[in-house]
Amino acid sequence: MTAPLLDIGELAKRFPVGRKRSLPQRIADSVAGRKPPVSLLHAVDDVSFTIGRGETVGLVGESGCGKSTLVRLVNRLLDPTDGIIRLGGSDLGAIRAADFAGHPARARVQMVFQDAGDSLNPRYTAADAIGDPLRRLKRLGGAALRARVEELADMTGLPRELLSRFPHQLSGGQKARVGIARAIAVQPDLLILDEPTAALDVSVQVVILQLLQRLKAELGMSYLFVSHDLNVVRLLCDRVLVMYLGKIVESGPAATLFTDPKHPYTRALLSAIPQADPVRRAGRLRLGGEPRSPIDPDPKVCRFYGRCPSSTERCTQEAPELRRLEGERAVSCHFA
Amino acid sequence: MTAAPALKVENLSVEFRTRAGVVRVLEAVDLEVGKGETVALVGESGSGKSVTAFATMGILDPAGRVTSGSAMFGGADLLALPERELAELRGRELSMIFQNPRTALNPIRRVGQQIADVLVRHGGATRAQAPQAAIEMLRRVRIPDPERRARAYPFELSGGMCQRVMIAIALACRPSLLIADEPTTGLDVTTQAVIMDLIGELARESGMATVFITHDLALAAEYCDRIVVMHAGHIVESAPSAQLFAGARHPYTARLLAATPGETDSLQGLQSIPGNLPDLRRTDLPACRYSERCERRKPECVSPLALAKVGERHLVACRFPL
Repeated sequence: MTAPLLDIGELAKRFPVGRKRSLPQRIADSVAGRKPPVSLLHAVDDVSFTIGRGETVGLVGESGCGKSTLVRLVNRLLDPTDGIIRLGGSDLGAIRAADFAGHPARARVQMVFQDAGDSLNPRYTAADAIGDPLRRLKRLGGAALRARVEELADMTGLPRELLSRFPHQLSGGQKARVGIARAIAVQPDLLILDEPTAALDVSVQVVILQLLQRLKAELGMSYLFVSHDLNVVRLLCDRVLVMYLGKIVESGPAATLFTDPKHPYTRALLSAIPQADPVRRAGRLRLGGEPRSPIDPDPKVCRFYGRCPSSTERCTQEAPELRRLEGERAVSCHFA
Repeated sequence: MTAAPALKVENLSVEFRTRAGVVRVLEAVDLEVGKGETVALVGESGSGKSVTAFATMGILDPAGRVTSGSAMFGGADLLALPERELAELRGRELSMIFQNPRTALNPIRRVGQQIADVLVRHGGATRAQAPQAAIEMLRRVRIPDPERRARAYPFELSGGMCQRVMIAIALACRPSLLIADEPTTGLDVTTQAVIMDLIGELARESGMATVFITHDLALAAEYCDRIVVMHAGHIVESAPSAQLFAGARHPYTARLLAATPGETDSLQGLQSIPGNLPDLRRTDLPACRYSERCERRKPECVSPLALAKVGERHLVACRFPL
């Protein structure tokens, strides 16, 4: 195997959160010169994975599991607490998030946002939006800029006559195309897609997904595809990462992970997919309980304990590690 | 169903007056929901699903006008009732779950109080009893630690929890008709499953009739007894869920199914629906509003047609059904 495009190693992001102290407590603390105790929210905890060139990796998990934080770390909008982020051999983690916006490496990782409408400036025309990264990062202007914007519109199937329109004059599918054209304008190596079709009708969703697949083949990009819609992940992704409370609990090729999930959380996630066929609906698994708190989690307790239908005493004494299985799969459960 | 339906909408037409002209959003819509039955309304955005619900509840935008039809509910026509009487029914007998719980909840009122308000206004509870009853409702929608959560503001709760609060408000007075407008969009599949199970359970327990608006066909099929497909303000097909999936008879329904990711193994296996919804401001729309997108179109498709029975409880508005 050749070197991967993206290499994430033991990445962690912990946010300090203040504990609420009563007024007398605050006074007592300040008189005694005590610092308030600092709690840490473990948003992303010891996450390692790679993305190969031309590969599409899906990232799934519930809201609050740390998907967005992980994406913001890879996208270099946040600075990691720990760990490495390497893209094609260069150390992205070493560049501060505050400096990244104007850094040449900014062009190498681009993003397509969840709601195409909300992520477009309402006062920019489609052409302004697509041209913005080209002006900022490639210093294009004038006729060269216009030519490139038109080329991008053609590539994404956006009629050229719509380039002068504002977002409110475009349909959902057209806005999605503008968002994609903007993201691929600077020829990134890695494109992060955050639920790019969540707001679209099924028939438009099909068109956009097929467009994304075609662009990937044409431009040789790699995708990190974040989604709730497991049916879409199954169709678009080569490999899938399942995240739960800041940790990757299972990973593997999409084909085998969906047919034979190993982690109880993955099983619950898959059984929650709406199923039209009543025959296939048998044996549905519903998670009870509440997720554990991500604030100062006990390192000895499995993160899934409390909601897991198959947990035992052992799960509270020794948290499972992500261990390798056959067929490029990995799972973090004692009983998988 | 032999018993009288809980809701019977007949010949409902709605138009919106806009600066760009009159938009005929709904035309001659018929919809029946039995007691304890869950009916899904599906279709693309702009097909008139939400307008049907809003018109029935009497909460249409001022620009919208009901031009014909009736909505019989418990012996009264909701479309003809004076606003005061309708307001009495809403909240107690008629309830609605809106699409986005964050905007539908009052941001500056604790969620327990918001449930209590409904109980006092419509449920006959006293101010003293209401808080306890509100906590009980939160427990029923499986919010853990309801005593504490009742004192939370919406921003302090997750999306899934806000949605459960909305459901608690909607169901607080045990309505006989619930309209749920995409109640699970934006929620995780796991939360979605819990919420759908909950609505289904309450419907079975109390015989509540439910209209469930969604564009997720698989979700509709799993949780609803019957699916009604809308296209451009018309109902084009109505059938029991399993039957619709096994054999859609309207070409539009078949196209929707072919675009839904589910059983296929590759992205190439999915097909989009050609064309767009027709411009509903036009005055020369053909009788079948799908005919201009339909590859099976014949010259006869321009002449008037109505929903016709093609099987047991299976209705289709197509001259040449599949």
